[in-house]
Amino acid sequence: MFYREAGEFKTSYAADQATFPIRFDFWRFWVVVAIGALVLPFLVNDYWTNAVMLPFFVYGMAAIGLNILTGYCGQVSLGTGGFMAVGAYSCYKFMTGIPEIGLPPMHILPCILFSGMTTAAVGMLFGLPSLRIKGFYLAVATLAAQFFLIWFFNKFGWFYNYSASGQISAIETYLWCFASAEEIAANPGIGKTLTCPAITGANTAAWMAYLFCFSLIFVFGWVARNLVRGRIGRSWMAIRDMDIAAEIIGVNPLLTKLSAFAVSSFYIGMAGAMYFAIWKGAAEGTEAFPINVSFLVLFMVIIGGLGSIFGSLVGAAFMVLLPVFFKNFLAGTLGWPTDIAEYLQIMIVGSLIIAILIFEPHGIAALWRTVKEKLRLWPFPH
Amino acid sequence: MSAAEQTAPEAENLLEVKNIEVIYNHVILVLKGVSLAVPKGGITALLGGNGAGKTTTLKAISNLLHSERGEVTKGHILYRGERVAELNPAALVKRGVIQVMEGRHCFEHLTVEENLLTGAYVRSDRAAVRNDLEMVYSYFPRLKERRRSQAGYTSGGEQQMCAIGRALMSRPETILLDEPSMGLAPQLVEQIFEIVKSVNENEGVSFLLAEQNTNVALRYAHYGYILESGRVVMDGPAAELRENPDVKEFYLGMAEEGRKSFRDVRSYRRRKRWLS
Repeated sequence: MFYREAGEFKTSYAADQATFPIRFDFWRFWVVVAIGALVLPFLVNDYWTNAVMLPFFVYGMAAIGLNILTGYCGQVSLGTGGFMAVGAYSCYKFMTGIPEIGLPPMHILPCILFSGMTTAAVGMLFGLPSLRIKGFYLAVATLAAQFFLIWFFNKFGWFYNYSASGQISAIETYLWCFASAEEIAANPGIGKTLTCPAITGANTAAWMAYLFCFSLIFVFGWVARNLVRGRIGRSWMAIRDMDIAAEIIGVNPLLTKLSAFAVSSFYIGMAGAMYFAIWKGAAEGTEAFPINVSFLVLFMVIIGGLGSIFGSLVGAAFMVLLPVFFKNFLAGTLGWPTDIAEYLQIMIVGSLIIAILIFEPHGIAALWRTVKEKLRLWPFPH
Repeated sequence: MSAAEQTAPEAENLLEVKNIEVIYNHVILVLKGVSLAVPKGGITALLGGNGAGKTTTLKAISNLLHSERGEVTKGHILYRGERVAELNPAALVKRGVIQVMEGRHCFEHLTVEENLLTGAYVRSDRAAVRNDLEMVYSYFPRLKERRRSQAGYTSGGEQQMCAIGRALMSRPETILLDEPSMGLAPQLVEQIFEIVKSVNENEGVSFLLAEQNTNVALRYAHYGYILESGRVVMDGPAAELRENPDVKEFYLGMAEEGRKSFRDVRSYRRRKRWLS
């Protein structure tokens, strides 16, 4: 029917190894991307962007990061919230400039990339114990990162520019701007215009924030997908499946584990930067990045499917979109009181999680894989 | 062991596998209709190369397939005439069927003796358990010497003995023995098979034995089934199988006309009579 490889011939190894080797799948993917990039920006409003799409993108990015570490390299981490905080605070510092080392305020794009890199460095530091400890013990060690980092950012005023509230808040920046500095200063509402649309700050248009995060997740999802099926990804998976066997054939556990921590933290740091700069616009360490965030992202990865980039996104969608959907459906469509809808929503999502994990312990991605295998052979069972 | 004891005692079948089909992960068909019978008090060998489906057959019988995303989709498995496909592995142990898994799987942090005692988990008759411990030690004197050592630090042969001994501790009627020869020196393989044989004769335990080492297995078993890519291609009393020219050539490496040239190897598949 749809998902058929009959009649599709490959003439090169590269074509055979493609992420979407089946033409139908290939086009389906691009249709989804095209709808996401060309249609949805015209449809999203503030509510959809801030309550649905941005959380999905931010947590999707964080889930890809954690999946690289936990799903591909097998190192359990509970420090995701702390690493997101590193991303957020470094984004804030880069955004407002660091005069101590002569850094001027930066454009948002390098801001996000540099916060990713800063987080990668911090992640490698906290990844060092992974060479000695494994499993549960490593999870506890990364838990230290969570608590230490949050404390650290609250302790030193330098990180939040000594603001009275202890909060960091995003200043208005622009992705592209055809207006001079004087014009911007003279016209405070310029961020709402097309000549100089704001990407952070109060004047940001919904479609702008949406499209920016969409592009980020598209590009870095692409990078992650190609990273994990290459040489580096194989070394991660070798360490995950049997670390001794990997070491014995020449995979360096130090480099492999640290690179997994670095890449993973890079993604999580970017997610933290996106969270702070674009989604929320402001953050306070203890409140924005508690241990719950670490657990939430870990659950996304487990429900979506360990060891699958697609699974990370599905898991994020599951944990972010379903509650919103049920809340809207119960409170909006059925008109129930919001508190009852809220409780019921928690119950429904909770039981769905249990049901899915019983039905398919390896997550939604594994379910999807089985469906694809079945479609390939349909109508024959095997 | 001469050929004399190879004649199986005529008895009713304890375990019957009827035409089962096993599918892994919903799409991979592994067993394509396997039927076999294990008579009471006999040693039945399940032979075949890698990937023939020996282990899968054993796991289907002891209901271990679920943990590997496999399921029996057709046929049924009878133990004493009762269907056992719905029972979980633990319930099956209570009925007297126990499996010794491939690769031993001893509890590595427990001592040898603790390992053996966990084998008696389903039993409540303490005095008899102590007797059985002595019985196991009499079959495996080596285990008695190592009784206080951690199982993880014993040798491969000792671990295999420990695994078989542990199974014996549950006083089973039938033992499903998966690849007892794996990774063991030929001498140790003989020793293990000797013990299997004497347990079979003295305690009346029936064995279903999955084995790649056709030569040894056919010398100790009463009856044999040969599996090839998920099907039983041949079965018969072990003595007959040993004399069968096909078995000789394909499994025992004895050609009638002496050493063969590799040029003829290509025609192996075509020459297998059962494939036609």
